[in-house]
Amino acid sequence: MPILRLENVIKTYENHTAVNNVSFDVPKGSVFGLLGPNGAGKTSLIRIITTITGADSGAVYLDGEKLNSNHPSQIGYMPEERGLYKKMKVGDHLMYLAQLKGLSKKAAKEQIHYWFDKFSITDWWDKKVEELSKGMQQKIQFIATVIHRPKLLILDEPFSGLDPINTNLIKSEIDEMNQNGTSIIFSTHRMEQVEEVCEHIVLINQGQKILEGKVADVKNQFKDNLYKIKYTGSLPDNLQMTDAADDSYKIIGQGKKSITVQVTEESASNKLLNYLISKGVHIQSFNEILPTLNEIFIKQVGESEE
Amino acid sequence: MNKLWLIVQREYLTRVQKKSFILTTLLIPFFFLLFIVVVSFIFSYEENEKNKIAIIDEAGIMNKTMKDENDLYFSFPNEGLASLKEKVANKEYNGVLVIPKPSSIEVKDFTVNYYTEDQLSLTTQISLERKIGRKIRDYKIATLGLDKNQLETLQSNVSIDPEPIKEGAQNQSSITGNILTAVGMMLGFIMVMIISINGSQVMMGVMEEKTNRIVEVMVSSVKPFELMLGKLIGIGGVTLTQMAIWAILFPLIFLGAQLFMGIDTAQTQVEMATAGSGISDEQAQDMALQIFTEISAINWWLIIPAFIIYLLLGFFMYSSLYAAAGSAIGDDLSEAQKLTLPLTLPIILSFYTMIPAMQAPNGTLATWGSIFPISAPFIMPARLAFDPPMWQVALSLILLIGTTVFFVWISGRIYRVGIFLYGKKVTFTEMGKWLFYKD
Repeated sequence: MPILRLENVIKTYENHTAVNNVSFDVPKGSVFGLLGPNGAGKTSLIRIITTITGADSGAVYLDGEKLNSNHPSQIGYMPEERGLYKKMKVGDHLMYLAQLKGLSKKAAKEQIHYWFDKFSITDWWDKKVEELSKGMQQKIQFIATVIHRPKLLILDEPFSGLDPINTNLIKSEIDEMNQNGTSIIFSTHRMEQVEEVCEHIVLINQGQKILEGKVADVKNQFKDNLYKIKYTGSLPDNLQMTDAADDSYKIIGQGKKSITVQVTEESASNKLLNYLISKGVHIQSFNEILPTLNEIFIKQVGESEE
Repeated sequence: MNKLWLIVQREYLTRVQKKSFILTTLLIPFFFLLFIVVVSFIFSYEENEKNKIAIIDEAGIMNKTMKDENDLYFSFPNEGLASLKEKVANKEYNGVLVIPKPSSIEVKDFTVNYYTEDQLSLTTQISLERKIGRKIRDYKIATLGLDKNQLETLQSNVSIDPEPIKEGAQNQSSITGNILTAVGMMLGFIMVMIISINGSQVMMGVMEEKTNRIVEVMVSSVKPFELMLGKLIGIGGVTLTQMAIWAILFPLIFLGAQLFMGIDTAQTQVEMATAGSGISDEQAQDMALQIFTEISAINWWLIIPAFIIYLLLGFFMYSSLYAAAGSAIGDDLSEAQKLTLPLTLPIILSFYTMIPAMQAPNGTLATWGSIFPISAPFIMPARLAFDPPMWQVALSLILLIGTTVFFVWISGRIYRVGIFLYGKKVTFTEMGKWLFYKD
């Protein structure tokens, strides 16, 4: 059973459709990328999942149960635009947010101390939020998001404005939580981060789903059967790909000590390798070139807008 | 419900624990006392100015006696005007009063010359005129050979004492009307202050949450409406707390001032009010006593709870709209004025309606002003001291409750959309459309 299932979700505002008939599953225990350019409808979707707004039609299930008012306490949401009450003490602030998520006073206190220990900030309780640097505030923001140990964690552009040290810290925390069974939805338009952490993605543009699947599958789906071959020495002068049994190879790029070859069918890669060896080429590496998510993203978004 | 309570708690505690709240709450009564002390000092300072006045009694009507009073000291030196004028110039006297002989006993307009280098103050002038007038009267009585005691009986003081038609209704004295008007105006004024100050407090709070972006975090745990309502209740609680503290602190401080410093604040106030009207200290004291009897005779057990009910309803009605305005403003402070004008205008208008309404507390203006829900919170409490008919109070309350619920609902609808909008100028038409957005 997926942790989250969206079925034909539609949300319209006065003059535009923010979410247009979107369905997808977020597998339990996965790190899931919700991708799309700015204004694609990501935040609208997240607001529906977090019960901030309701969908006009369609259904959302959390862990098999139709979304209801008990669910916010099982979801942790870190919005892209986030802030804290500047005049409040850090400890009081976290107590407040934790209790709003349904934690008892005692449990909230325990959790805060757990995270304070973990981040080695045990003396922060009485500090006012405004006394903290931006990076420090983001740590508090993260603690506030996960303090109630949610089943589903939704992070909207979690690393925007974070310095590299905090980025790594938060990344490793997210990793750890994921290993302990928390499902995570990552919303971003920073593709290199997605490739690094996500197993599944869904790509949204103009309110519609245009792509969905495992990262590896998506890449395979959009690959152009390109191989990059590095060699030592030199290529024979008369190297003709057409010398091979059929017309299935084409050199489309030539660099210093490397060539890029496109094959027409996947199984032809072995033949290519054999052919090159037979011609006495000293091969150093033979790699398939997969498209980056960024390339797929740009291509797909471009196509969907045409 | 539990979440709402948490929000109320935070809104309440963060405000009540602020240094600025503690300071203003504790210091305002002291400033008020200080103000009265300073004012009474200013008033008594003028009275301390001693006036030594020489009198040349050409008419011989003074019998060489004139009672010293109110820092006026009289003497009858046997010197001519010229030498006395010199003495005035040398500051031995403040002035010379020359009383001419009346040409005949029938003369009614009498001019007395007063030679001085100082400015004659109004109180001194009135006091002198009255004293000389009495002397002339005594002189005329003696000259005409009339019986002074008989003449005194001719003079009667008339005061009108309103009596109720219905039996058992509260009896009123002649000054009751004035006192009730004053009390009513004060209640109305307090109401205007509290509602407008707290309204902008609510608005600032909402704007702060929006510009801080904390609201984005909050709404993942609570409904926007709960957030708004929590803020309203919390700030309403702060107001009630402040008023409760003042209700205890004001009497305590004034009582303390009276006991330990000998400052009679009540009398000072009456003196302030009557200064220059030639009312003597004794009269002022009598008046103070009477005023206090009248004030304590007002049905406070009805007025105070009613005032609090109207205050709360008025607060929720206006503050919810302020919250809606705050949600629509966001980062742009210059937008605030455009959106709050429709809120401050009715408050100011109601206040200006209250003033003439208090002149005729059961007139048409007062009646409808206290029933119309927008102005009811300001005008009805002011009218309560005048015992308005029960049906009017009931109607006013029902309409006010209905309007308050309606406005809180409307504001909630605007708020839930407004808090998510950034960097967009909002028009009233748009806000109107938000009402019909689906959740």
